[in-house]
Amino acid sequence: MPEPLLQVNDLKVHFPTDDGLVKAVDGVSFQVMPGETLGVVGESGSGKSVTFLTVLGLITTRQAIIEGEVIFQGQDLLKVPPEEMRSVRGDKISMIFQDPMTSLHPFYKVGAQIGEAIRAHQDVSKKEALQQAVEMLQRVGIPRPDERANQYPHEFSGGMRQRAMIAMALSLNPDLLIADEPTTALDVTVQAQILDLIDRLREEFNASIVIVTHDLGVVAEHCDHLQVMYAGKIAETGTSDDIYYRPHHPYAWGLLGSIARLDHAERERLKPIKGLPPSLIYVPSGCSFHPRCPYAFDRCKVEVPELLPIDGQHAAACHLPLADKERIFAEEVAAR
Amino acid sequence: MGRYLIRRVLFLILVMFIVSFLTFLIFYKLPAGDPARRVAGHRNTPEQIEEIRHTLGLDRPWYVQYGRFAKGLIPWPGWFLNEQVYYSYANFVPVKDEIYERLPVTITLTVGAAVIWLLIGVPIGIVSAIKPRSIWDRAGMVFALIGVSAPVFWLGYLFLYIFWFKLGWAPGSGLAYNATLAESIAQGKFVLPWIVLSLAFAAFYARMIRGNLIETMSEDYIRTARAKGLSERRVIFKHGLRSALTPVVTMFGMDVGVLLGGAVITETVFNLPGIGQYTVQSIFADNYPGVMGVTVFATFFIIVANLVVDVVYAFLDPRVRYA
Repeated sequence: MPEPLLQVNDLKVHFPTDDGLVKAVDGVSFQVMPGETLGVVGESGSGKSVTFLTVLGLITTRQAIIEGEVIFQGQDLLKVPPEEMRSVRGDKISMIFQDPMTSLHPFYKVGAQIGEAIRAHQDVSKKEALQQAVEMLQRVGIPRPDERANQYPHEFSGGMRQRAMIAMALSLNPDLLIADEPTTALDVTVQAQILDLIDRLREEFNASIVIVTHDLGVVAEHCDHLQVMYAGKIAETGTSDDIYYRPHHPYAWGLLGSIARLDHAERERLKPIKGLPPSLIYVPSGCSFHPRCPYAFDRCKVEVPELLPIDGQHAAACHLPLADKERIFAEEVAAR
Repeated sequence: MGRYLIRRVLFLILVMFIVSFLTFLIFYKLPAGDPARRVAGHRNTPEQIEEIRHTLGLDRPWYVQYGRFAKGLIPWPGWFLNEQVYYSYANFVPVKDEIYERLPVTITLTVGAAVIWLLIGVPIGIVSAIKPRSIWDRAGMVFALIGVSAPVFWLGYLFLYIFWFKLGWAPGSGLAYNATLAESIAQGKFVLPWIVLSLAFAAFYARMIRGNLIETMSEDYIRTARAKGLSERRVIFKHGLRSALTPVVTMFGMDVGVLLGGAVITETVFNLPGIGQYTVQSIFADNYPGVMGVTVFATFFIIVANLVVDVVYAFLDPRVRYA
């Protein structure tokens, strides 16, 4: 088996606040293989964004307590001094963010902002950097790129801005691209375009990609692996098919149930997951999902379930006996 | 850009009209005493008063009077502060001459203080923002609190007491009778006024810049800049400050505009013969044309400052140009 590109071991990110310790990420381990696309799915506050901001060293809260290992190309990024970390950011690992409306600086031209990223890592003139920026804009499908490079972000539509962000992120040919909710702020039609673009660029640039999202339906077909997060922990992980067709965690069932599908009968309503995501300060005892889980039993309230392998790379953290899971999924979830 | 400018200019004309009309009402229609009677002095006859009223045009319809008055607002040779209206009947000198004579002092005071308050306020604001809760931040914000709270007249006398009376480091108030402006500056006559006038502004600017910069640094595009791998210095100075300082430019233009219309308290405390002092003297001497003249003059400066700020802002923030 080849070496993983990114290996995260028992990562914990805690923020002390006046109200108590916020356990945003609480013991997360996973890996990203070269050339694969990993989807990280979870509700707001599940710790998915914080996990990857930590990978890039973008957690700026001074008091944050970060433990564990983030091994990227054999180097623990959590131990790299801030100045050296700069040469990783943007160059080897780059990131695009949820809201393209606010992620570009409103006062600088788009081409210049991309050029700035290039010049942060390569010794080229401003003119050369701009030329590369124009080329990148073209590759992400922006028409008339030389004109567009000379415009300000407010002259771009949302989808175009996200394309520009992608162009910026890929301009240095990174090994890993982290896309944090890249389509959430966009129209549905544009969402598909952006995801297709990311797919295409993965092959062209030969990069590994992590797509962080709350929308399981959107990413399933674009990802090799999926990882479901809940309350700062991984609830279930596996190949896209594992999660989509054979999910073992009731939370994953809930996520699947809340996807709108056109082939469903009209009368059928979406099935939301009852309740709210838990407080990350007062995390429920045992399995943190148990207050919202319709199948919870006594053990769930006391004992924290471990992420146990099922078969191959498929693993889930749930106390339900295997037979019960298969029965419930077949009768109640898949039947819908 | 052209259309934006035209719109701004039209808007400013409207503002000028409103200000001038209100000023006109205050000075002409609510006078504390009949201007004609005031000009005539203590020994007068009804005929004299009538004659003066006619000379001053006070017997003409109100719109003619307003027209003459408003003409003084228009920066056109012979119109601006015209002598028909803006003529001091306290000492029979055109108000324009009085103002122009005092303007250099006010400009010197304002420009010097503006430079100092930027030199103090901007660095304190930046340091406080990038090292929040540090000892530098605390010290800076204590300075800001004192600067904002201390009244200028108190600070002025305090400084005079300490640095002139007790320590003898700085010259006292007032300018030498026949010294030129350059000589007065060389004598250090402006040092204390500059510092005193600038402190309150420096404190205010430090606070504003700190607040703006802290807010800007939590913007998404700052995270993008960091994600690009830029140095923290570049993130702060190129991406953060650019956004945080833009509103400060607006403030600065307005403040300078207002001060050019007369730094009343500072000029009074330090006995500087500027426009602010003239305003005070005119008020105490019931010199209505003088007060009107200063009002018009200050309005003019504020309006020009507004226009300049709007134009500069359009260059600084590309989003404004097409708005």
